[in-house]
Amino acid sequence: MMNPKTQNKVAIGSLYGIAGLVVLILMALLGYILVSGVPQLSWHFLTAPAKAFLEGGGVGVQLYNSFYLLILAMLISFPIALGAAIYLYEYAKDNWVTTTIRTAIEILSSLPSVVVGLFGFLFFVVRLNLGFSILSGAFALTFFNLPLLTRSIEDSLRTIDTTQREGGLALGLSRWETITRVILPAAVPSILTGVILSAGRVFGEAAALIYTAGQSAPALDFTDWNPFNISSPLNPMRPAETLAVHIWKINSEGIMPDAKAISSGSSAVLVLAILLFNFAARYLGKRLYKRLTSA
Amino acid sequence: MSKEILTTQDLHLYYGDKEALKGINLNFDAKGITALIGPSGCGKSTYLRTLNRMNDLIPNVTITGTIKFKGENLYAPSADTVQIRKEIGMVFQQPNPFPFSIYDNVIYGLRIAGEKDKEKLDAVVEKSLRQAAVWDEVKDHLHESALALSGGQQQRVCIARVLAVSPEIILLDEPTSALDPVSSSQIETTLLNLRHDYTIITVTHNLQQASRIADRTAFFMNGELVEVDQTKNIFMNPAEKQTEDYISGRFG
Repeated sequence: MMNPKTQNKVAIGSLYGIAGLVVLILMALLGYILVSGVPQLSWHFLTAPAKAFLEGGGVGVQLYNSFYLLILAMLISFPIALGAAIYLYEYAKDNWVTTTIRTAIEILSSLPSVVVGLFGFLFFVVRLNLGFSILSGAFALTFFNLPLLTRSIEDSLRTIDTTQREGGLALGLSRWETITRVILPAAVPSILTGVILSAGRVFGEAAALIYTAGQSAPALDFTDWNPFNISSPLNPMRPAETLAVHIWKINSEGIMPDAKAISSGSSAVLVLAILLFNFAARYLGKRLYKRLTSA
Repeated sequence: MSKEILTTQDLHLYYGDKEALKGINLNFDAKGITALIGPSGCGKSTYLRTLNRMNDLIPNVTITGTIKFKGENLYAPSADTVQIRKEIGMVFQQPNPFPFSIYDNVIYGLRIAGEKDKEKLDAVVEKSLRQAAVWDEVKDHLHESALALSGGQQQRVCIARVLAVSPEIILLDEPTSALDPVSSSQIETTLLNLRHDYTIITVTHNLQQASRIADRTAFFMNGELVEVDQTKNIFMNPAEKQTEDYISGRFG
């Protein structure tokens, strides 16, 4: 039998070890991706269109597509998720209906993204006849994102103490006023953090997009901002390969001579973008909390 | 003797099957402080929260009997809880300022009600904070976060926040139990200053506090109102044996 002091030391030591191992694995992965990818990066790489057979293609279109798709997906999923979360946390009674909704959300969030992608293909692309398009992709991403976002917003609402709700109601605010004028402002920083983190996941998603937003990236004319023109960046009905899909595609069937370099470079861009999202989430969350709570 | 502003008749409250209030008859005159005392779980807080319908928020609560505020039944189907809570304000055990500036906290009710006149809002902020006896301490940082204040200051800002919507009745649910003695005594002073203009009903665990500030005291036990009388009588010459036992510390 170890004495409690030694026991404590051993426990702390192994916990440090495990934590260290996790960090080490992450560092190794990041290091490998960045070391092999960053040297490929250049302004040309980030802005030029991809080339199918020749050397020297970039990922400009894919990068743009990723952001555009992300924004569209967020525009669709955020209001729904916000409404669902407010309903579930603030209004819904604890009964079998809400339990069912919650279970459904949980199951939806654990669906493999490739299944979501195939569903999106059959439903949006084929049945609704949207074709391989940004819109199909954005809907598929909504399915993928909605449960996670709803959960995260609900968690944000949960962090606001009940006494705040009572305080609002006791002042003669209606329930809706209490939610919109007291609870939501107080929850904004943490909601924003959740949104940005889920943006990171959406940004890196490939499987759900392969069969919905498509695997081709037609050249875009960045001077044409009429969303009805096929070469316009804003057109939501054009097929749009994203960065993550691009990486998958190059690695499975890329035939350009510099496929390896492009794949490494794209991975680095993807990882850097997601890191940026994470840091932005922290920074903005903190900033906003300070501002909102002492404005 | 002033007019009765709030009356409760045969008030029963059930949490599911459990009867938490067993037929309370208790009336309040306009103005002055009434303290509700009694051992933990005796129903005094539950009773207080029926008076502005805060118990509505708890699922599975059934309430029977009548509560009338100026002759209007608070539990009538047509009763508007939002309006009721504007006229019957509440301060809680834990200070619960909103995570905004002191200024915004105080005017929140008014601003949401649509008041935009800056001068009027400024005036209300000053008046309410003065009434709550916290103006001098916060007047130089009205636009800083209310969360940065001490617990006692937060609680007085919460009182000011209630005063700003000019209620007639103020309910306080153990307003000092989370505070240190100095802050508690500041809250007591605040309440004493307010007793001429408002009807104040406060739940307290602190018998000395009841004896110091309350005009009337009501003693609750096991969901029943045992006795209500002038505070002096309750403490010096209670009619009921149970009251005497509780006051003298034999239980509770």
